[in-house]
Amino acid sequence: MGNWLVNEGVSIFVILVWLGINAFLFVNYFNVYEAGNKFYYTRELLGSALAWARAPAACLNFNCMLILLPVCRNLLSFLRGSCGCCRRQLDRNISFHKLVAYMIALHTAIHIIAHLFNFERFMTSQGYENGTLNNVLSKLGNDESYLNPIRDPNTNPTKVAFTTLAGLSGIAITLALILMITTSTEIIRRSYFEVFWYTHHLFVIFFVGLVIHGVGRIVRGQTEGSLHNHNATFCKDKYVEWGSIKQCPVPVFSGNPPMTWKWVVGPMFLYVCERLVRFCRSHQKVVITKVVTHPSKVLELQMKKRGFKMEVGQYVFVQCSKISRLEWHPFTLTSSPEEDHFSIHVRIVGDWTDSLFKVCGGDQKEFREAWKLPSITVDGPFGTASEDVFLYETAVLVGAGIGVTPFASILKSVWYKYTHSDPNLKLKKIYFYWLCRETSAFEWFADLLQSLESQMLERGNANFLSYNIYLTGWDENQATHFAMHHEAQTDVITGLKQKTLYGRPNWENEFKNIATNHPSTNVGVFLCGPQALAKTLNKMSIAHSSADPRGVHFIFNKENF
Amino acid sequence: MGQIEWAMWANEQALASGLILLIGGVVGVAGQFRDWEFAAYGVAAGVFVILLEYPRGKRRKGTTMERPGQWLLAAVVKLFGPLTRNYYVRAILHACLAVPGGFILPTVLGTVNLGIASLIYLLAAFRKEEWRPIQAVQTQKGHVGKSIHQPPTNPPPRPPAEHRRKQMDDGRTGAIEVTATP
Repeated sequence: MGNWLVNEGVSIFVILVWLGINAFLFVNYFNVYEAGNKFYYTRELLGSALAWARAPAACLNFNCMLILLPVCRNLLSFLRGSCGCCRRQLDRNISFHKLVAYMIALHTAIHIIAHLFNFERFMTSQGYENGTLNNVLSKLGNDESYLNPIRDPNTNPTKVAFTTLAGLSGIAITLALILMITTSTEIIRRSYFEVFWYTHHLFVIFFVGLVIHGVGRIVRGQTEGSLHNHNATFCKDKYVEWGSIKQCPVPVFSGNPPMTWKWVVGPMFLYVCERLVRFCRSHQKVVITKVVTHPSKVLELQMKKRGFKMEVGQYVFVQCSKISRLEWHPFTLTSSPEEDHFSIHVRIVGDWTDSLFKVCGGDQKEFREAWKLPSITVDGPFGTASEDVFLYETAVLVGAGIGVTPFASILKSVWYKYTHSDPNLKLKKIYFYWLCRETSAFEWFADLLQSLESQMLERGNANFLSYNIYLTGWDENQATHFAMHHEAQTDVITGLKQKTLYGRPNWENEFKNIATNHPSTNVGVFLCGPQALAKTLNKMSIAHSSADPRGVHFIFNKENF
Repeated sequence: MGQIEWAMWANEQALASGLILLIGGVVGVAGQFRDWEFAAYGVAAGVFVILLEYPRGKRRKGTTMERPGQWLLAAVVKLFGPLTRNYYVRAILHACLAVPGGFILPTVLGTVNLGIASLIYLLAAFRKEEWRPIQAVQTQKGHVGKSIHQPPTNPPPRPPAEHRRKQMDDGRTGAIEVTATP
């Protein structure tokens, strides 16, 4: 039993196409430089290292073009909204960005290693004794028609690297790339986001350097005219007589014109538009209508902005100029679209959130006037997979720890649609799993569940939402406490009628039960949580989906930030 | 940016630099470039830096993820006491190691990156950060009773869900059996 294609098919296809294009470009340009007549004499000096440098260069052009596109989040949001197709693919944009980055790193390494050989070989060619082919070739053309870009036999490759435009720009952009990569590792990104965010802006240097990298035109090949009247295969041994015999005039060389700009100008333009959109949006006024401090250091900000339209489970980037003009931090929206304001719940975990707390008066008890509140700017909202929840008849929602936040928005919206008998609501049953070590910091969410629980009871439809709360961090003291209160009507921790469970859910059983209860439906599985859990749920979704197209299918959607 | 431990970034940067220095050195030696002796040095220095930087130090706040298999190298690094604990020493060490790489082209990139790592370590040292080994995770023996070696999959006090449902159907007759745990 398994329908892996349902969950992974399109992604695999996209990756295969991308790899295919990379492979094609590599092989094609390798052949151009390894076998083409134009570079015959260049190969005399450099050997295969020429082709090994130019092939990854072509791939680099392609990948540098691609790398900017997945981070144009406003553009992607627009595509997502207007096309509707490939939404799940567009949600994996950051994963694709990382893949392309790895490929850029790989090709950069090959490119640099090949060029190290090229520099060395150019250098040694310049130093050959008089009368060898390499020497003659290297001495050619003291004007623009030269072949060997290293003109002086007394220099060294390091000096040349630092004095040519190609060398200097190459070193600069490689440095930028390495710094970007070392700050993008998981540990830096998750713990010291600002370092990652600021260093990643070195991409500006990267792209500028990339565009000017080829301006020096030091990759030389024979000109068209020269190829016409000087046949290399015939003339290569007669280099002593070049210029004096009719069939072998002195060969003339010219450099390849810079090509990279043609590849990257489009995406660079799109990215500039993206930043402009973010900038314009950031100047639209946002009013904080309410600030609520929740227990366990959680701050709720309710805001209004003209023309702000959101969907469930989306997130926004928030900036507060009083704290930092350059930092934008992502937060999931916890309000539903049907409310007249939008809200975020902010946990105080780092510098910026701590400052936000203080600046909004979270540490003061008395009422604060509206004009004392700081000015906030909001970019977004940006789409996530949660928008698809309404498309399924049955949905399994799993929120782990802080990942429960988008489900606040979803549950509120679902309940609103349900109570107003919205015809667009296909959802008939929700299985909600909330996993956390402890419920502190999420008391506000427990309150939401409590209110939903009582409303459902009133309407007599307690089965619409079945939720299971798992406390994964129980200890012996707590266990004794639970044992004492086993008979109580409501749960001792959350106050809900549905009792809290301890430990981790047995997903096999859960999926099996759901599959039995809903035999021929597509069940949407939505997770906001850690990678390990994503793997488990993905596996479960694939394993419990039946091969029969009319049977039950679990379709796994993961949110990531 | 007040809560950043620069040593974490310095460590990533130094590890990457070691790798780059190593690769550059290998290229120089394999291609028998002029002055390839510097490349040979690059290989040696690169390997040394990788071995030194592979074990990640303990963060001051939060849990630190170990790199796979770092316990062996961490034990060796710990032996050198203040020489490896102090980041000023590391900053100067990396700066000195970087210099010879600047003489030939293949190792220049390694040199520059190691230089940057050295500067970040200097910043970390200035902020009084230190390298501390990550201790093995202490199992929470204090919380679970001595006779429990593994937490049960269906933890007490309630009987398994199926059992509970059956009992609910039976209409809650009498007291529900609760097995107490020591």
